[in-house]
Amino acid sequence: MENTYISTENLDVGYGKEVLIRQICLHVKRGEIVTLIGPNGAGKSTILKTAARLIAPLGGTVYLDGTPVDQMAAKERARRLAVLMTEHARPELMTCRDVAAAGRYPYTGRLGILSGADWEKVEEALEMVQGRELAERDFNEISDGQKQRILLARAICQEPQAIILDEPTSFLDVRHKLELVTVLKRLVKKKNIAVLMSLHELDLAQKISDYIVCVGKDGIMACGAPEEIFTSSYIKELYGITRGTYCAELGCLEMERVTGAPQVFVIGGNGTGIPVYRRLQREGIPFAAGVLHENDVDYPVAKALAVKVISERPFEPIGDRAYKEAADVLKTCSRVICCVKEFGTMNERNRELARLG
Amino acid sequence: MREKKYQRPAAVFLLLGLLFAALAFFSIQWGSVSLSGEEICRALSGKGQNETSYHIIWDIRLPRMLAAAVLGGALSVSGFLLQTFFANPIAGPFVLGISSGANLTITLTMVVLLENGIGMDSASMILAAFAGSMISMGFVLLVSMRIKQMSALVICGIMVSYICSAVTDFLVTFADESEIVNLRSWSMGSFSGISWDNVQAIAAVALPALALTFLLSKPMGAYQLGEAYAKSAGVDVRKFGICLILLSSILSACVTAFAGPVSFVGIAAPHIVKKLLGTAKPLLVIPGCFFGGAAFCLACDLIARTVFAPVELGISSVTAVFGAPVVIWIMVRGKGRRQK
Repeated sequence: MENTYISTENLDVGYGKEVLIRQICLHVKRGEIVTLIGPNGAGKSTILKTAARLIAPLGGTVYLDGTPVDQMAAKERARRLAVLMTEHARPELMTCRDVAAAGRYPYTGRLGILSGADWEKVEEALEMVQGRELAERDFNEISDGQKQRILLARAICQEPQAIILDEPTSFLDVRHKLELVTVLKRLVKKKNIAVLMSLHELDLAQKISDYIVCVGKDGIMACGAPEEIFTSSYIKELYGITRGTYCAELGCLEMERVTGAPQVFVIGGNGTGIPVYRRLQREGIPFAAGVLHENDVDYPVAKALAVKVISERPFEPIGDRAYKEAADVLKTCSRVICCVKEFGTMNERNRELARLG
Repeated sequence: MREKKYQRPAAVFLLLGLLFAALAFFSIQWGSVSLSGEEICRALSGKGQNETSYHIIWDIRLPRMLAAAVLGGALSVSGFLLQTFFANPIAGPFVLGISSGANLTITLTMVVLLENGIGMDSASMILAAFAGSMISMGFVLLVSMRIKQMSALVICGIMVSYICSAVTDFLVTFADESEIVNLRSWSMGSFSGISWDNVQAIAAVALPALALTFLLSKPMGAYQLGEAYAKSAGVDVRKFGICLILLSSILSACVTAFAGPVSFVGIAAPHIVKKLLGTAKPLLVIPGCFFGGAAFCLACDLIARTVFAPVELGISSVTAVFGAPVVIWIMVRGKGRRQK
């Protein structure tokens, strides 16, 4: 508890008088990334905005470094906490350097004139987000990914001990997503900052977060380390996924399986099956998959997409039971696709199956 | 690199200063009687108090020039405040119906007071104008809370402006004949007939308001990135908003009280100044707007009273001719960029 930087105590959040989520208790330590995940409209942004004091809480308290935020002067709060929100900034005639420099606000005097030391901080922040070459460009004329980076530089200029980010990677392409997250991670490490944010990308959330908080239709539904939260069944429940599957092992989503009697039998293994399973799903052909080891990378995808999966326990050669079962299913199929090119001791029987096909 | 940063603003301020000085000089020199430099120098240094040129300068042209300059500057700054607040480049006291609101309340007060045989002094003019500005502003704010679209806000302002003008016309139609002449010429907008008393009142209200506005430039700069970022940087957005609305209303009320509704200066001057400076930083743009607006109004007033002399044009007609194209230009450019 003692090194908790942002914490909320029985926080009620919502707009106007309507409480959206009650009794939120969040704790973010310095040097830690806590991520909110959950479906759209569940209230992630509302929680973040309330924690950042952009909207007033409807009950409870937000603490920054042990002090209630309400008792803190706006300037003090601004020196401790910076934000990166989804609100689109469209400033007129501002260069990226000007936008980043806006973060020096809580440190400048009555007229907001930046000193030499302030400008150095701005350059440092731009350097950190690799935005030096953008410095002179008009903020409105750079890409969304670049904008997010510059806005992050703005937040860094505030020299905060904590940053709150609302979906910082939405609408960015993969490269910019990775870049932003990398900068963020580096920032946390280097400056020992507490980060509270929301993400839509489950794979990213799983990889960079130290702690996950799930915000669902009934408020905070669960929280824990990423490995506890990212299970297929839980994610399915959180987002209310009914068509398709979340595949926890690979961190990706699979479409809904095609049902019906299997028409094709796919012999897979070692990742060779995945593209074929997906293609059959796309084309709407029900299929069976076998014989897969339960620790094979193909297995979770086959589980999600195939009508029937014949499997063998990990690290065991394919036994008679599995072989016979597979052979029976194979006989009902009109086609057999063998994706596997290499056969070893463990999947020797698949060779026989392929021959049978 | 940093030095280069200061070069451009310095050059722009020099240009605006020179322009302002030249226009101020011509405003004193030109007119139905053109004066020589020598006559002007003599009069300004207080010599020759019995000459006509002395009276022309001290009684007519100098107060008029000062009023046009300060009011033009005030109008332009007021426009810049509104543009920042509504994040809308074509917001301004005239377009949002604030000038017309002030116009209406002044006409109303004038008619009521004159009917009871009471003359209007500068203070009551400003108060009446301020009340009208605030009523229009309140209405526009209510609408802006519901609609975030920038064109809708402007359309709403123009509608408010039409309603106010209609009521004003109604009042004028039923006013006593002796007042009508005054009201008519005043509601067209004009800097004529400004007395030293008026100039004093203008200075007493507009100059402190301008100084306070300048002190607001730090939070304004933060606000240009949007409300959320301003809040997170430590701006008390509520307090800031109230200050900004009050100041811009006071400034535009002051203009309307003495010169009637003056169109487009509040949009055109800030826009040109921002383009010249190459930045929207309030710290530079606010003083820039003041000088730019002052120069713009001096030029327009000069045209209004000299081109068809001895007939004088309404100041709004002249500012519209030069200001409206700027608005169209902003809209066309703004549209083009958004579609890109």
